[in-house]
Amino acid sequence: MYAYLDNSATTKVCEKAKKNMIDALESCWGNPSSLHEKGIEADNLLLKAREAVAKTLSCEKEEIFFTSGGTEGNNLAVFGAAYANKRKGNRVITSAVEHPSVQKAFDRLEKEGFEVVRIGTDSKGRLDFAALSDAINEKTVLVSIMAVNNEVGAVQPIGEIAALIRRKKSPALFHIDAVQAFGKIPLNVKKLGADLMTVSSHKIHGPKGVGALFVKKGTKLTPVAVGGGQERDIRPGTEPMPAIAGFMGAVEELTVKASLEKITLLRDSFTKKLTEREGVVINSPDDSLPYIVNISLPGYRSETLLNFLSDCGIYVSSGSACAKGHKSHVLTAMKLPDSLIDSSLRISLSRFTTEEELDYFLTMLDKAMKAIMKK
Amino acid sequence: MKEVLLIKNGELALKGLNRSTFEDVLVKNMKRRLLKSAGKFTFLKSQSTIVAEPVDEDVDFDAAVETVKKVFGIVAFSKAAVTEKDLQCMKDTALSYLGDELRSVKTFKVNAKRSDKRFPLTSPEICREVGAHLLRSIPSLKVDVHNPDITVTVEVRDKNVFIHGNQIKGAGGMPVGTAGRVALLVSGGIDSPVAGWMMAKRGLQLSAVHFAAPPYTSKRAEMKVRDLVSIVAKYSGRVNFAVVNFTEIQEAIKEHCPEELFTIIMRRMMMKISVRLAERDNCGALVTGESLGQVASQTLGAIACTDAAVDMPVFRPLIGMDKNEIIEISRAIGAFETSILPYEDCCTVFTPKHPRTRPTVELIEKAESVFDFSEMIDRAVETTRFEFVD
Repeated sequence: MYAYLDNSATTKVCEKAKKNMIDALESCWGNPSSLHEKGIEADNLLLKAREAVAKTLSCEKEEIFFTSGGTEGNNLAVFGAAYANKRKGNRVITSAVEHPSVQKAFDRLEKEGFEVVRIGTDSKGRLDFAALSDAINEKTVLVSIMAVNNEVGAVQPIGEIAALIRRKKSPALFHIDAVQAFGKIPLNVKKLGADLMTVSSHKIHGPKGVGALFVKKGTKLTPVAVGGGQERDIRPGTEPMPAIAGFMGAVEELTVKASLEKITLLRDSFTKKLTEREGVVINSPDDSLPYIVNISLPGYRSETLLNFLSDCGIYVSSGSACAKGHKSHVLTAMKLPDSLIDSSLRISLSRFTTEEELDYFLTMLDKAMKAIMKK
Repeated sequence: MKEVLLIKNGELALKGLNRSTFEDVLVKNMKRRLLKSAGKFTFLKSQSTIVAEPVDEDVDFDAAVETVKKVFGIVAFSKAAVTEKDLQCMKDTALSYLGDELRSVKTFKVNAKRSDKRFPLTSPEICREVGAHLLRSIPSLKVDVHNPDITVTVEVRDKNVFIHGNQIKGAGGMPVGTAGRVALLVSGGIDSPVAGWMMAKRGLQLSAVHFAAPPYTSKRAEMKVRDLVSIVAKYSGRVNFAVVNFTEIQEAIKEHCPEELFTIIMRRMMMKISVRLAERDNCGALVTGESLGQVASQTLGAIACTDAAVDMPVFRPLIGMDKNEIIEISRAIGAFETSILPYEDCCTVFTPKHPRTRPTVELIEKAESVFDFSEMIDRAVETTRFEFVD
């Protein structure tokens, strides 16, 4: 048997996405910027894809800018917003548990002279909202917070941040890194009050190498790359039509609410079975995104467990690379003890995950705990 | 313009009657390595110089220079332009071949060697003529005979003339294959690849023994070690790489022996297995990356215990080096970035919290005697996987 349970790392490309990609490669290979018929054909496909992505976020198609994926989207949002609004103030705010593509962008802003505030979390990875409230002031130009944490699945209170910014009379733009939330929980950019939102294709059964950044109409953004005017100069470069067509296919196949219900049931029974086992600690909060379950098995090492499971055809990821490797910054920010950090595993589901797969994981986890000697 | 490489072999000149054998090995090593990276070369030995000449135009000369830098047994070498035995040709070639380099410095001198004494001009005359031509053509240049930025060398040989600038430093040492073969214990850290490189430098061929302990160590960790061995192989030539499955021995030590002695007993087991594999490969010694006092298992007492496990000589080329010195070599040979990739290796799996730093052989042998490891050692030797790494 085989169980791919590392869907927060990447997902298998779904049939619709695959078919769209092949069609685009075979017949729709023109350059959308070309004036001739072959270009118009590609431009029409681009328009359709833009509409499809806009629909999932409840925004206008003009507010969707295709990127190469989550990293580029996050970089473009953070740098673009900070640079474009430098005049208004010097403070930028993020959390201590962001993805490296946000975290390191803020590190660079700090080196360039911005005042960076990093908001901590509780022991379950949930944002310290009071600290965020204190940090936002009239000199703040950007607040960037992820919707769902990629390691533990903690859902951040993104719905309340936009109101907070308004209340504080801050000129700050609000960026949401929604890479892990996209396609898994309903995201309405208007209701959330987002100015910028990053999404990626390969986490929702689309191809790698493509994603999108939502930019609210009227938002000033300084581009990171310059070029031939595509994506209205916010993100120039000839559009990768097969990838974008695949992304569209993946988006059209999404069944956000139905999948969330199914996965919640699956997760509940899975975590119940986990807690019945001695020596298993669940690091994810109770109200986390059900697609991500982070656990620890104190006394074992993540890497050893991962290797053992991999040999059984079970693919999960480890919170920390190894004794020599870097410890997870998320679990460290959650102030978990080393015994939990060093032994953590992330099991991440997709709408295609079955109960049989999770049961197989549990069986093999029991086997691993018997076979592997504790440290 | 036709180019050749002029290779000076330093220590080789000292080897009396053996010299020719040593040179043959050096030429064989260069030939094989150049063929892989740059193209086909022919070699001509004359006095203390070996002339390497590309067979055709397709040869990547820059790649050849980078390859020769890594061949042991070469003190220094130059890339030279080949020209006719005619003064005007010599002047023109010196200017066109070295002009760019000369324009970027302040001072130079010309050095002439005339091994063909029938050539009408004497060495001082050649220097004067070529020097004057370069001075006239490059007004910014001055002559400095004592401490020039560039020495332009003109060598008048039997058939033609070689013109070259400053020498390029070679890797030094002795040609690999002139000193026998040793087995390197390689873990995946910074030290062992450097130790292997240092012994290859003294002319030794390498076998490498790696201990994997799945599932405690991963496939990626093994891939990393293979990458490191292949970096060393750029200098040492092909390495016989052996991967030992060490899991059950590690578990047995953990189960039966005192925790504070775990690492030393583990290292002794590694030595015992390595000797058996080394004998198969006709190795004359084991090589480890140990450096005195670096970790608890590398104290004087601990090393004495490790040594006592085997009868074969154990070379520890890093024994007196500081970590910084080791890292410097690791960077220079291009291994460092790979060495620091974070994967578990078998040395860190069950590291004791408080390892014994002053063990004695008696103490260790007694601790080991509670369990009969011989069957497991036999099995580890029998199930070892072998491959060649280039």
